[in-house]
Amino acid sequence: MTRPAETPRARTRGSAAALVFGDLWEYDPAPETADPRLQEQYELFINGRFIAPRGGRYFDSINPATGRRLARIALAGKPDVDAAYRAAARAFPAWSRLPGRDRAKYLFRIARLLQDRAREFAVAETMDGGKPIRESRDFDLPMAAAHFFYHAGWADKLEYIVPGGRARPLGVVGQVIPWNFPLLMLAWKLAPALAMGNCVVLKPAETTSVTCLKFAEILRDAGLPPGVVNFVTGAGGVGAAVIAHPLAAKVAFTGSTEVGKAIMRQLAGTGKRMTLELGGKAANIIFDDAPLDQAVEGIVNGIFFNQGHVCCAGSRLLVQESVAERVIPRLKFRLRHLRVGDPLDKNTDIGAINSKAQLARIRGLVAAGVREGADCYQPACRLPDQGYFIRPTLFTGVTQSHRIAREEIFGPVLSVLTFRTVEEAVEKANNTPYGLSAGVWTDKGSRILKLSTELKAGVVWANTYNKFDPASPFGGYKESGFGREGGRQGLQDYLQIG
Amino acid sequence: MPRLPIIKTPKVLVGGAFIRSESGRVFPLRSGAGAAVANIPQCTRKDLRNAVELAAKAGPGWARRTPYNRGQILYRIGEMLESRVAEMTDALCWTRRGSAGRAAAAQEVSQTIDRLVHYAGWADKYEQLLGSVNPVAGPFFNFTVTEPMGVVGLIAPAEAQLLGLVSLIAPAVVSGNTVVALASEQNPYPAIVLGELLATSDVPGGVVNLLTGFQRELVPSFATHAHLRAITAVVGPDHARTLGLGAAESVKRLKVLPAGDVDFGDNAAQGLSWIRALVECKTTWHPIGA
Repeated sequence: MTRPAETPRARTRGSAAALVFGDLWEYDPAPETADPRLQEQYELFINGRFIAPRGGRYFDSINPATGRRLARIALAGKPDVDAAYRAAARAFPAWSRLPGRDRAKYLFRIARLLQDRAREFAVAETMDGGKPIRESRDFDLPMAAAHFFYHAGWADKLEYIVPGGRARPLGVVGQVIPWNFPLLMLAWKLAPALAMGNCVVLKPAETTSVTCLKFAEILRDAGLPPGVVNFVTGAGGVGAAVIAHPLAAKVAFTGSTEVGKAIMRQLAGTGKRMTLELGGKAANIIFDDAPLDQAVEGIVNGIFFNQGHVCCAGSRLLVQESVAERVIPRLKFRLRHLRVGDPLDKNTDIGAINSKAQLARIRGLVAAGVREGADCYQPACRLPDQGYFIRPTLFTGVTQSHRIAREEIFGPVLSVLTFRTVEEAVEKANNTPYGLSAGVWTDKGSRILKLSTELKAGVVWANTYNKFDPASPFGGYKESGFGREGGRQGLQDYLQIG
Repeated sequence: MPRLPIIKTPKVLVGGAFIRSESGRVFPLRSGAGAAVANIPQCTRKDLRNAVELAAKAGPGWARRTPYNRGQILYRIGEMLESRVAEMTDALCWTRRGSAGRAAAAQEVSQTIDRLVHYAGWADKYEQLLGSVNPVAGPFFNFTVTEPMGVVGLIAPAEAQLLGLVSLIAPAVVSGNTVVALASEQNPYPAIVLGELLATSDVPGGVVNLLTGFQRELVPSFATHAHLRAITAVVGPDHARTLGLGAAESVKRLKVLPAGDVDFGDNAAQGLSWIRALVECKTTWHPIGA
């Protein structure tokens, strides 16, 4: 268990007489003990059955909190991907012709079965990906079930989605999802595709395949017809095979902008439909009239939620100059009380970084920030001796040309910039090739509406941050991709209109 | 003795002005019978870049116009075309032969007017169909509105030189986008006349920019210009691939309509889906509370 590195006395010395109960008592460990019911080895899920990969190869899924193997995962080869597509194509005629109310009932069943096993899945998610159990339990799992519940109800209402057009499913859809919200991204992808009558071949990220393959058990238990959903596991090569397969009527990808561009190049000239949900470098803008205590909580949630492994993370903080001196000390104070450590502990705020490679990337960018002259602040908390961890990090004195202000870090690293006028805030916020999300903190309603109009971002959070809902369309402008997920708008990307 | 007429020099509309290519190059337009009828500007990459810059400048003002105003301006283009039906029919007929060709050209002009009227009516309506208020599970007012994407590149079909071009322009500008369009290489003359109509239709300068020239010279620059946020192109497979590769560099939204696949005379070549293809959806979350 992590212990505070500083003594209470050392920590409060020199600061104002703030009452900090966390300094007076230490936390006892509070591990979540539900059984994740893991297997030693997971197979591919093709045509309703768990089957060994034809190549006979497996890879390890690592628990990032320990650095040790959690399970062995089947490595799909091209023949396996092909078998998955053929199974999906065989299943498509019957699935797409099934009355919408029956497709709906399958999705409702899936939502219920996931709710039944939510705690088990939350523990598995945390062990496989490193996110705090509090988040997988209170966010990932309920939200994943909510996506199936929401989309289920659309399955028999296709004619209401696009006014004036006849809506039909596309066919087989290839989907490739990232490691930051493994099960939730799966739900975002599967639920609308299935509700609209498509069949799916999905590849989870190679570091987080476990909950996807556990989810296959739910599909089986729900009695979903074989081949409607197929899971193939592995790394980028398998993803490329899923994207390029000729039977894919459409591909949907969530991940980095770099890979998104590679997919676009790969599919250039094929006419294949695509939706891409890519990276971000969101500005979280704090005006001088904002409720500062709330704003500070919003900033912390915006960047440290899920270790900052969030495409819409508020990674650039834009503070109005007149309140910067009040906001930054409060932020530092708040950072000192974030608990970094065992993801399975119910008191943990920041868990493990998803992989060794990602940790190296974050460290590299933090080092670049220091090298380029920004002021780095990290609280002196002790990190666990094993696993992949990093302290929450705050950079002040950041300029727009710094790499930490331009590149997506995908870690718990916040870059602080200042501005004077509304116009300057908008210009700085939009000065990025990305355009996924933005935050605005102000007491003035007209200013919120002005900013939400002028910010080039697909989602704008006003006096809140990192809120999601299956009914609320999510997706980016510019190099953050195209297409929306959620709401009526998200369904249109899984339909052929006309 | 009959009067000797003067011949109009073809110029293209860019940034509200009529220009020849910066290169000074022209290419001859030949009639169906093979006679040279006009020297058309052979626009270059630099002309494209200039046009994109002017389109970008015109963008915010055009997007801020009220939908009602944009609708009236689109209707005005239709009015102007109605009053110049004969001239536009002649322009289409440069490369068409016989009375059948002339009848088809006259029909194409009529259809183009109807298409403009169709989109004029959409200006203040599509938002209610594409946007939404979203019933989220929490104390938030959550709504989604559309926004224009910015500067859109259009590559018009070789055939249907007027109807095809206008069918690409109208759904782009109705939502507040500004466009840079490459006219048909086969017969760019209708685009020259269209420019003259647009200049007298209350369309602000820079909102519609028309280039004439060769696809093989300009498609690669359309593909990679980072300020073009979207491209709709009626092209063959080679150009489709070039556009796809270029679009990847800046994650540009690309819609390729295979040449010959779209019947622009059909009602399927208009409507809400054409508008939706060139807007972004923005979702705003606002807490409900004191």
